[in-house]
Formats: sequence, structure tokens, C-alpha cells
Amino acid sequence: MSRVSSALNPERGGRMVRAAVLAYIGFLVLLPLAALVQQGLAGGMSALWQAISAPGARSALWLTLWSAAAMALINALMGTATAWALVRYRFPGRSFLSTLVDLPFAIPTLVTGVMLVILYGPHGLIGGWLNAADMKIAFAPPGILLALLFVTLPFVVRAAEPVLLEQDPAEEEAARTLGAGPFIIFLRVLLPPLVPAILSGTVRSFARALGEFGSIVVVSGNIPYKTLTTPIFIFGEIEAGSPQTAAAVSLVLLALAVVLTYAGRALEKWTGVRGV
Amino acid sequence: MSESKRFTRGQVLLLALVLCYIGLILLLPLGAIAVRALEAGPRALVNAVADPVAQEGLRLTLILAFIALVANGLFGVGAGLVLVRHRFLGRHLLDTLVDLPLAVSPVMTGLAFLLVFGRGGWLEPWLDLAGLKVSFAFPGLVLATLFVTFPFTLREVAYVLVELGSDEEEAAVTLGASPWQTFRLITLPNIRYGLGYGLVLTLARALGEFGAVLVIGGAITGHTQTATTFIYNAMEERQESAAYGMAFVLAVASVLFLLALEWIKRQRGKEK
Repeated sequence: MSRVSSALNPERGGRMVRAAVLAYIGFLVLLPLAALVQQGLAGGMSALWQAISAPGARSALWLTLWSAAAMALINALMGTATAWALVRYRFPGRSFLSTLVDLPFAIPTLVTGVMLVILYGPHGLIGGWLNAADMKIAFAPPGILLALLFVTLPFVVRAAEPVLLEQDPAEEEAARTLGAGPFIIFLRVLLPPLVPAILSGTVRSFARALGEFGSIVVVSGNIPYKTLTTPIFIFGEIEAGSPQTAAAVSLVLLALAVVLTYAGRALEKWTGVRGV
Repeated sequence: MSESKRFTRGQVLLLALVLCYIGLILLLPLGAIAVRALEAGPRALVNAVADPVAQEGLRLTLILAFIALVANGLFGVGAGLVLVRHRFLGRHLLDTLVDLPLAVSPVMTGLAFLLVFGRGGWLEPWLDLAGLKVSFAFPGLVLATLFVTFPFTLREVAYVLVELGSDEEEAAVTLGASPWQTFRLITLPNIRYGLGYGLVLTLARALGEFGAVLVIGGAITGHTQTATTFIYNAMEERQESAAYGMAFVLAVASVLFLLALEWIKRQRGKEK
């Protein structure tokens, strides 16, 4: 420990702040999550397995995983394209677009869901027209996907942006001088340093999507086996008075959240880019 | 930049794709709520929001947001300093732990607090002894809001502290400044934009929290119903104009937050 950091946090004051912080986190974060784990494991491994493998839970988990995966794929592509356009092109409305990208961080997820219902619901602004064409968005999986795409839009953009800003134009120039076409330049020169950043943004958006509740609960219609995602399944079990089942299924999401959070952190340390 | 002058066809295509995507995913829904909330005229909107039940929900949400702002503002700065400047056993574990509220589903947050404070929960006997009610009551709402907003200030402050390094603080200490003086005169001014950014995010998240306060609070009208759970209940009861009115108010608030975030970013950019 350097002399300075011990001088900055001298014996009493620094230790007191640290103790207060640890107690706060312990009480606010660790205690409830420990209770969740304890309740999830309370019936033993066989009970846990039974709760997770019940048809309703299994179909909810499957829906959550595939819709999050589809979202992540679209997000990785469109997020990179958006970051690219924001960094490389100068066009009217660019700073407006850049501000707009952060909207999902500022808006309540429930309001996102309400917006989507207004737009795509049976009596929605374009929902009626979609219904006539026999296309369903609200109360169907596409509605879930749109909600997830809305709430996770900033993740990949904000992860890829700083890396794009730091890229040295000389490398690109060199590749061009050596006769490489734009596609080869992108694939060989520009993309490789971007990959870890894109990955970290994608992992974070995936983790966020697994737990999404507010936007989906109003737009999906919560039809069991069709549009009922895992967080809403957990909510239903709590309402129905079976916290054991709710906690058991929660454990699956919690385990994924821990792994993904850790992976996101590791990727950020590797790239030196901070996620959102 | 040479690309800026004239776009090639590929660039125009990419730009068009990006603009269409953002328009479809973000702008279209935002426009839709403005249309629906305002189509019956501003008076209908005012009526929807002036309803006593709506007012009560909004007031409760504002109180919760204020508590989150103060508590997590203080603890965010403290925890940021501890995580970045202190070296102690378990620091890396703590590093992952403080990020966890961002990845845990709000429903699970509510459930976790129920399991600690609710009926049959870990602390129920002690709470009964003290005559305290946490679940389906105000304290439960506070805890849930604090949990979900905890990482924001902390992350912003920690990020700035890492970037800053400790040279200036070191110089102050060498010159004989006390820890408190060092913090007030050196550290705090240096982290002010990061702190401000984190606080705006905290406020936005606190106003918009839904799942966790629904589960721990039960959305009891006139008691634990917040602005968001008011919208949810109104949607369930098919009172669309009330739901859309409140949703529009929250959407306007979030646009203001967005502008505040942009302003802070610009100030920070100028300073660099």
C-alpha cells in the first residue's frame, strides 16, 4: 500500500467510511440475494430441478432465452452500425441521434410497454391495420422482441463508440494504399479491435433482457406457453402464493446474471472500455 | 474527414438503415404516446393527472426518488472511493457485487426483499417485536428503490476516480490537507460531472422503477401505489386515458433527464 493511499484514508475516517459502505451493500444487496438463494435451495436439489423442469417454467425459460438471443444478435449488428454512423459520418441531426440513443436509460420500462401497446395493440395506431393484415405484434413474440430492442438499444452503441473514436486512420490508409477494398479493410483492419467491445455490449444487453419485466408485462399479453417470459412467470408464482417455485426459477436467472455480469466486467477490463 | 463531404452509395445505405432502425425502435413509440395523450386535448391530459389517486402515486414516487438521490448519492461517492482507492480483501468480489443490481430482474429484487422482510421472512420475528412493517408498506418501497438505483452514482464516480488518478490528492496531503479538506477541495470538484451524471441516472431509474415496487409494495391504492404501478393498475382496469396521461408525464420527465445527461456530457467535454 502506498504511503499516499494510507494518508488519504487515514486510520479512523477511511476505515469508518469503508465499514459503512460494506454494511450498506451487505444489508441492501447481499442479504436479500442470500435469502433468495436460501429459499431457492430450501427444498433440496430435486425440488429445485422439479420446479425448473415443470412445463410452464421450462417454456418461460426457453422463450426468455431465445428472445434475448434474437435481440442480442440484432443489437450487435445494429448497435455497431449506429456507432459507426455516429462516429464516422457528419450528417444533419447527428447530435440529436446521439442524444436519442440514451433514451432507454431515462424512460421507465413500463412506459415503453405502454407506448408499444398504443402503437401495436388491437386498437393501436397501426395495430388495427396490422390486425387486418393478420399480423400480430402486441400480445405475440414480436412485441416482446421490440420491447427488448428498445430497452437495450444503447448498450452496444455506447460500448463500440469509444473504440471507433480511438482507431488510427493511418492503418486504414495503409491498407488502402496496399490495394485493399473497403470490405477487406473493414474485416481485417477495423473489425478486430471492435470485437471485444461489441461482445461486452452484447453480453450486457443480453443480461438486461433476461430480467426485463415492465415493458414486456403490458405488451406480451402474458399467455402461458406462448408469450409468458420468465420474470413474468416468477411474478405469477409470487402472486399465486408459491414463493418456493418463484425462488427456484429465480435461481436460474440469478446464476446467469452473476456469470454474465462477471463476463461483462472481464471484457471491459480487457478492452479498457467501460460498459453502460 | 474525407467521408464527410460526399457519401458513397454504401454509406448512404448504412446511414438510411441506422436512421430507419432508430426511428422504428425509439421514435415511433415515443411519438405514439404523445399522439394518444394529446389527442383529446390538453384539458383531458390535465384531468387525468390531476386525479387525486394519480397525484398520490406521483407524490409517493417523488419522495422515493428523493430518498434514493440522497442515500445513493452519499453511498455512491463513499463506495466509489472505497472501491477505487482502498485495497482490501474481497475488493474484487465487491466489484462484481455492486454491478449485480443492474442484471437482476426487478421482480426477483422484490421477491428477495419479501423473503427477508415479508411474512415468514428471515427478519419477521424482529420486525414484529419492533412493530415495524416493511413489506406492503413504505419502508419496503424505499428498500426496493435503493437496491435498483444503487449502482448508478457508484459506477460513474468510480470511473472518474480511476481516470483521474490520485496525483492531485497526493499533492494536497503532502501540503498538509486533512482527509476531509482533500475530499472537499480536490476530489469533489473533480468528480462533480461524473457525480451529476450518476445522480440524473439515479433519479430517472427511481421514478421509473416498476417491478420491484410492485412485488414488495403490492400497489395498494392510496398506500403503496407509485406513479408506475398507478399506470399498471389503470391499464388492468382499462382506464386508458388515466394510464396514458401518467405515462406521458413520465415520458416527458425522461426526455428532460435525457437533456440533462447531454448537457453534463457537453460540460465534461469542454473541460477536457
